[in-house]
Amino acid sequence: MKTRVVANVSSLPTYGFGTSASTWWGTLGFCAIEGTGFVLAIGMYLFLAFNNPHWPLGFAPPMHWPGTALTVLLLASLIPNVMVDRAAHQENLPRVRWLLVLMTAIGFVAIAIRFVEFYMLIPRWDSNAYGSIIWLLLGLHATHLITDVGDSVVLTALMFTKHGRAKRFADVSDNAFYWYFVVGAWLPIYYLVYWFPIL
Amino acid sequence: MPRAAAMPRPANQRDTGLDDAELRERLAYTWGRRPGIVGWLSTVDHKEIGRRYIATAFVFLALGGLLAASIRLQLARPEAHVVGPDLYNQIFTTHGSNMMFLFAVPVMQAFSLYLVPLMVGNRNIAFGRLGAYSYWMFLAGGIFLWVSFLLDIGPDVGWFAYVPLSGPQYGIGKRPDVWAQMITFTEVASMAAAVQTIVTVFKHRAPGMKLTEMPLFVWAMLVTAFMIIFAMPAVMIASTSLILDRLVGTHFFNPSEGGSALLFQHLFWFFGHPEVYIIFIPGTGMVSAIVETFARRPVFGHIAMIISLVATGMLAFGLWVHHMFATGLPELGASFFTIMSMTIAIPSGLQIFCWLTTLFTGTPVIRTPLLFIFGFFFIFVLGGMTGVMVASIPIDLQVHDTFFVVAHFHYVLIGGAVFPLIGATYYWFPKITGRMMSERLGTWNFWLAFIGFNVAFFPMHILGMLGMPRRVYTYQHDVGWEGLNLTSSIGALILAASFALFFFNMWRSARTGALAGPNPWGAGTLEWLAESPPLPHNFDQIPVVTHATPLWAERESLPIVSGISVNKREILVTSLTDARPEIREASPDSSIWPLIAAIATTVAFIASIFSPWAVVWGGALVGVTLIGWFWPKTIQEDLE
Repeated sequence: MKTRVVANVSSLPTYGFGTSASTWWGTLGFCAIEGTGFVLAIGMYLFLAFNNPHWPLGFAPPMHWPGTALTVLLLASLIPNVMVDRAAHQENLPRVRWLLVLMTAIGFVAIAIRFVEFYMLIPRWDSNAYGSIIWLLLGLHATHLITDVGDSVVLTALMFTKHGRAKRFADVSDNAFYWYFVVGAWLPIYYLVYWFPIL
Repeated sequence: MPRAAAMPRPANQRDTGLDDAELRERLAYTWGRRPGIVGWLSTVDHKEIGRRYIATAFVFLALGGLLAASIRLQLARPEAHVVGPDLYNQIFTTHGSNMMFLFAVPVMQAFSLYLVPLMVGNRNIAFGRLGAYSYWMFLAGGIFLWVSFLLDIGPDVGWFAYVPLSGPQYGIGKRPDVWAQMITFTEVASMAAAVQTIVTVFKHRAPGMKLTEMPLFVWAMLVTAFMIIFAMPAVMIASTSLILDRLVGTHFFNPSEGGSALLFQHLFWFFGHPEVYIIFIPGTGMVSAIVETFARRPVFGHIAMIISLVATGMLAFGLWVHHMFATGLPELGASFFTIMSMTIAIPSGLQIFCWLTTLFTGTPVIRTPLLFIFGFFFIFVLGGMTGVMVASIPIDLQVHDTFFVVAHFHYVLIGGAVFPLIGATYYWFPKITGRMMSERLGTWNFWLAFIGFNVAFFPMHILGMLGMPRRVYTYQHDVGWEGLNLTSSIGALILAASFALFFFNMWRSARTGALAGPNPWGAGTLEWLAESPPLPHNFDQIPVVTHATPLWAERESLPIVSGISVNKREILVTSLTDARPEIREASPDSSIWPLIAAIATTVAFIASIFSPWAVVWGGALVGVTLIGWFWPKTIQEDLE
C-alpha cells in the first residue's frame, strides 16, 4: 500500500514522567491489583467481625503504640517522598541521591517497627480466626513494605553508579509514586487492627 | 550473517531517507530474535510469546478434552468401571481447573498478546519481558498441575475447591494444595498479561486512534484486562488463605474457631463469576471482528457495543452470589443478585442485536469463521436463556448441582467463547502463519462441532431435571438415565472428532495451505496491514489512524509518521484519549532474565506448599533474579 508522511516525531523526547510514560501506568496497574487484594483482605476482616457474636475473638485488641509509631513515621515520610519526586523531575542527582538514602533508611525503620508489631501481637495466627486475619493484614502490608524498600535499595545503588541519569529519574519518580500507595494502604489497616475492635 | 548486521549502524538512524528495502531490513534486524536456543528462550516479541501461549493453551485444551472423553466413557452406561471414584474425582477436578485456568483464560489473553499491538499499530506490547515471564509462569503452572495428576496427586475437590472438603480436615495429602498453587501460577501470569494489555491500549495506540475508534476486539480485551485486575486477586487471596489454613494452622475457613466456610465461597465467586465474562467478553470481541469483516461493513452501533462491553464488565461483579443460592443466604440479598443476573442479559442481548443488524444490512460472505459465529449465536443464546432460568432462586434450588447446570455453563462457555475462538483461529490463522486453513475441512469441522456439541450437552438439561447429580462417578440401571447419557457420550465423541479435525487442519494448513498475503479477507483493521506472518517489527512505518476501520477508509494511500529510530527498539507512546504522540520510548531488548525469574518463582511456589519458610528464602531468590532483570546492561539504556 502507498504511504504518505503526515507527521515527524523525531523531536519527541525519549522518556517522560507520570502519565506520559508507560512505566507509570504499569505501576498504577500493579497498585490496582494489590489495592484490590487489600480491599478484599479488609472485606475478609469485616466479614469475620460481623459474623461472630463477639469481636475480637477471645483476645483484647493489640496495643496500638507500635502501629501508631509506624503510622506517624509513614505519614512523616510523605514529605521526603514528595521532595525526592520533585528532585527527580528536576533531574537533580545529588539531591535525589541523599533523599533516596533517607527514604531507604525510613523504609528499614518501618520494617523494624513492623517486626515489633508482629512480636507484640498476642493472638498467634493459629489461635483463632481473629489472630489469622490480623496476621494476614499485617503480613500483606509487610510484603509491600519489604518490596518497596528492596526496590529503593536497588534504585539508590543504581543512582550512585554511572547509570544515575536521564530515564532513571523517571524510575525514581515511579518509586515515589508506589510509596504513596504503600502509605495509603496502611491507614485503613491501622484503623481496623488497632481501633475498630474498641470503637 | 544478515546483511543488516553488517550495515553501518549510527545510534540515531531514523526511518527517514532510507529506501523501503533497507528500512525493512534494518528494522527486522533490530527487532528480530537473536540466534540459537538462548535467543529462542530470551525473546520478548509479543508475536512469539503469543504464538507459544496459543499453542500451549491448545495442548491443554486437548489434554482437558481427553479427560472429558474419559468422563463421558465412564457415564455412557450405568455402573461402568472405566475409572474408579477416586480417579473420577481427580479427572473432573483437573478437567475443570485445566479448562478454566490453563485453556480458556490464557488462550484469550494469548490472542490479545498477539493481536492487540498489531491492531493498535505498534511494534511490540508494553513491557515485553513481563509477557515472557507471564508465559513461563503459565507453562510452569500447567506442568505442575498435569505432573501432579500423573503422579496421582491431582486435585480432587472440584474446580472451586470448597472448604471444608479442601481444608485441613478432609483434604488429605497435597491434592488441594496443588489446586491452590496452580491458581497462583496462572493468576500471576494472567494479571501480568492484563497490565500489559491495558498499558498497550492506553499508551501505545497509533497516532490518531481515539479510544472510541479502537477495534471492538481491542475494547473487549481492555475490558477483560480490567476485570482480571479486579477479580483475580480474590481467588489468589482465597487460595492463599486455604494454603495457610492447611500449612500453618490459620482458621480463616474453620467455623469452630470463628472462621467461615461461606467466606471461601464469597471470595471464590467474587472471582468466579467475573471469570465467566473474562472468558466470554474476548469471545464477543472475536465475534465483532469476524462479523465486521464478513458482513463487509463496520459493526452497527459501534458506541453502543463499547457501552455494552463496559456495562457487562461492571455488572459481572454484581452476580457472584447467584452461585450460592443454595447456601441459605437472606432472601432479600439473594433477590438482588437475581435482579443483577437478569440485568446482565441486557447488554449481551444488545450486542447480539447489533451483530444481527450488521449482518442483515451488510453483504455477508459465508466462510468458516462466520459459520462458527452462526453456531455461537444459536448455542450462546440457548445458554443465556438457561442462565436467566437459573438466576431465579426456585429453579436454581431445584437444579442446583445437577447436570442441568453442567449443560448451562457448557452452552455459555463453549457457545460463548470456544465457538468464537475456533472461528477466530480460522480468521487469524493466515495472519499468524501466512497460510489459509482449508475451507472444506473447516466446514466439516463446524458441522461436526455444532452437531456434536448439541448432541452431547442438550440431553444434560433433561438429565439434570430428572435429578442426575454432578460429580458422581456412576449411576444405577433403574433410574432411567441410560439413554440420555449414552446419547450425550455419542455427541461427545462427535465433538472430539471435530477438534481432531480442527487440529489436523491447522497442522496441514501450516505446511501446505494456500499462501495468504497480507489481507486475504479484505478486512479493515490494522493487523491486516502487516505482512502474513508479520515481520519482527510489525510495520515498516507507524500508521496514522483516521477511522475505526483504517484500511477501508484509506484505500489509496496510508498516512504515516516518520522519525522513529531503526537501529534501536523504539516505540511511539501516545496520549490516553486521542492518541497524540508524546514520547519515542525504548522497548525492552530480548532477555533471559524473565525465564530465570520464572524458574525462581516456580521453585518458591512449589516449595511453599511444603514449608512456609520457602516464602522467605524463595522471595529472596526471586528478588535477586528481578535485580538481574531490571539492572541496566548498557549506558544507552539509561538515555532511551
